[in-house]
Amino acid sequence: MKIGMPKDGRFGDFGGKYIPETLVPAVEELEENYQKIKSDKSFQNELDYYLKNYAGRPTPLYFAENLTKSVGGAKIYLKREDLLHGGAHKINNTLGQALLAKKMKKKRIIAETGAGQHGVATAMACSCLGLPSEVYMGYKDTVRQQQNVFRMDLLGCKVYPVKSGSQTLKDAINEAIRDWITNVDTTYYLLGSAVGPHPYPVMVRDFQSVIGKEIKKQMKNVPDTVIACVGGGSNAIGTFYPMIDDGVEMIGVEAAGKGLKTGMHSATLNAGKKGVLHGMMTYLLQDNDGQIKETHSISAGLDYPGVGPEHAFLKDAGNVKYKSATDNEVINAFLALTKTEGIIPALESAHAISHAIKIAKTRSKSDSIVVTLSGRGDKDIDIVKQYLRKNVKNSR
Amino acid sequence: MSKIQDKFKELKSKNEKALISYIMTGFPNENTTLTIVRGLVRGGADIIELGFPFSDPIADGPVIQNASTVSLNKGAKIEKFFSLVKKIRKETDIPLVLMTYTNVLYTHGYSAFMSKAKSVGIDGLILPDMSIEESKEYLKSAKKNNLDTIFLVSPNTKNDRLKKIARASTGFLYMVAVFGTTGVQTKIHKYTIDAIKNAKKIVGKKIPIGIGFGVSTPADVKKYVSVGVDAVIVGSANLKIIENTAPSKLQRKIVNYTKTLKKSTRVN
Ligand SMILES: Cc1ncc(COP(=O)(O)O)c(C=O)c1O
Repeated sequence: MKIGMPKDGRFGDFGGKYIPETLVPAVEELEENYQKIKSDKSFQNELDYYLKNYAGRPTPLYFAENLTKSVGGAKIYLKREDLLHGGAHKINNTLGQALLAKKMKKKRIIAETGAGQHGVATAMACSCLGLPSEVYMGYKDTVRQQQNVFRMDLLGCKVYPVKSGSQTLKDAINEAIRDWITNVDTTYYLLGSAVGPHPYPVMVRDFQSVIGKEIKKQMKNVPDTVIACVGGGSNAIGTFYPMIDDGVEMIGVEAAGKGLKTGMHSATLNAGKKGVLHGMMTYLLQDNDGQIKETHSISAGLDYPGVGPEHAFLKDAGNVKYKSATDNEVINAFLALTKTEGIIPALESAHAISHAIKIAKTRSKSDSIVVTLSGRGDKDIDIVKQYLRKNVKNSR
Repeated sequence: MSKIQDKFKELKSKNEKALISYIMTGFPNENTTLTIVRGLVRGGADIIELGFPFSDPIADGPVIQNASTVSLNKGAKIEKFFSLVKKIRKETDIPLVLMTYTNVLYTHGYSAFMSKAKSVGIDGLILPDMSIEESKEYLKSAKKNNLDTIFLVSPNTKNDRLKKIARASTGFLYMVAVFGTTGVQTKIHKYTIDAIKNAKKIVGKKIPIGIGFGVSTPADVKKYVSVGVDAVIVGSANLKIIENTAPSKLQRKIVNYTKTLKKSTRVN
């Protein structure tokens, strides 16, 4: 298999379409329409227009000189997806899919959200394009990300708290799928990461690939290393994919939560087993009977027991290395970037920063590391405050 | 011929349609499951579908979701499920179908799982998230272990695909009555009736067609039988009774309910 080109909707063993039969016509319709717009100049021009004028692309590639100096080692650059409208890379995907939904004449858009970033980005793209949106969000996440719930309210998006299962992202996806099955004719499911049945992982990757393409343009040469955090894996695959054949060292960083050994993490590629969830074959955090485990991360956006199938493939093929960062390391990276550069990163993105700091020390000064700063941290300041209050005794 | 196929043949000669009763094992607990199975058998169910819970049942509505959660919280394990099936098998030779999700089988390895399932007395499998595109290994193992593979079709399934799915299916073909998840429905849609008639025409000679999702009353059963289905599948309605009935009265309630449904499967 050529890297990045799925065959029959699969990346090697991974991906596919494990879906209830009712969804088959919808997924086929989506695939057909996606193939059409992929090579349609006028669609791509329209998308570019919104990415530029509405979302704020291209985003800067910023040389983090202070951080680089304080770490001492390789040069650290930040791809500033945090500066996008809405505050995260999510808008790259939601504008693309919402525009596609509009072309498909869908009357109703549903989505799931974890941290609320994808929900907000969906609500924004839908408002911008005149589409109604409804978002499923795990009840626990609505509590820890109240600000984003209110943002969605203000944007005129209906938010449904999901009280089944672990009440987090995976359950929000379950509920969105159930809604889609029920309203299959009228409804477009705007999935927020590079997960789910084919063609979602490919489509979301393609919409997010604008990140990696810009990095290549903005660096005079390709960087030595790129690093991105991995939840479902959309900002990471969007960063990696355009450089996949360029001999760049690629590192995805998962959430090690309270530590890989504690079981309280969401480091799927580091600790998972192959299985089937949400329409795809991929690595999953699961028990011996195949029941999906509850996950933990300080960042709601990484709190997911699965991962995009292309990452599963790239891990096994050895093209990308997948590391992890603990909650504690993440808080330290969050503080370091905030203090040295005056940039408050999303806790998700702070996973990537944490690993960059770790390896920059060991690299030569002429090396370059690009970190995708997938989002800004305003949504997380209460969580950080609470964490620091709780752990202040331990850390001083 | 499989036990399920034999059952359909036997019913045909009696001019009856099959009543297929679904329950979630381990809901509300393991002992009660055995009591309920006895009730279903005594009430005249033709085939029993045993649900094994999965943490993320995307094709299920609130009733089966809740039953899955209860069963898992009570410690459902596949080994325990197999022991339960063994116990059931000591009492009855009614065809038994396992309904769960793909990951449960995949995790144990299709082949290993199926050979164990067959050895304890399972006759067929239903996986609502197994699409024919992904079914190659699954079908191979099922064939090797003589297990029926019951696929689902939907009212929006196109005819070409319907034929393909019917070819991959053995035992019977499971038609989903609604655009939606499992659960009790209040009305029968015209699109469902049309889909049944169409499926009967396209693949009805090759394989029996069962209708499920939302079937709950004798009137539902009569209506579906009158348009030509070979089986009706009742699930959430059973679980509702189990939820709402005191343990001491449960078996009798299940027997009576099953009897009234079974009566409606007898043609003329
Ligand atoms: C800022 C930010 N980064 C990363 C993620 C993780 O998603 P993905 O792995 O799809 O990029 C999220 C998800 O909510 C997010 O909000």
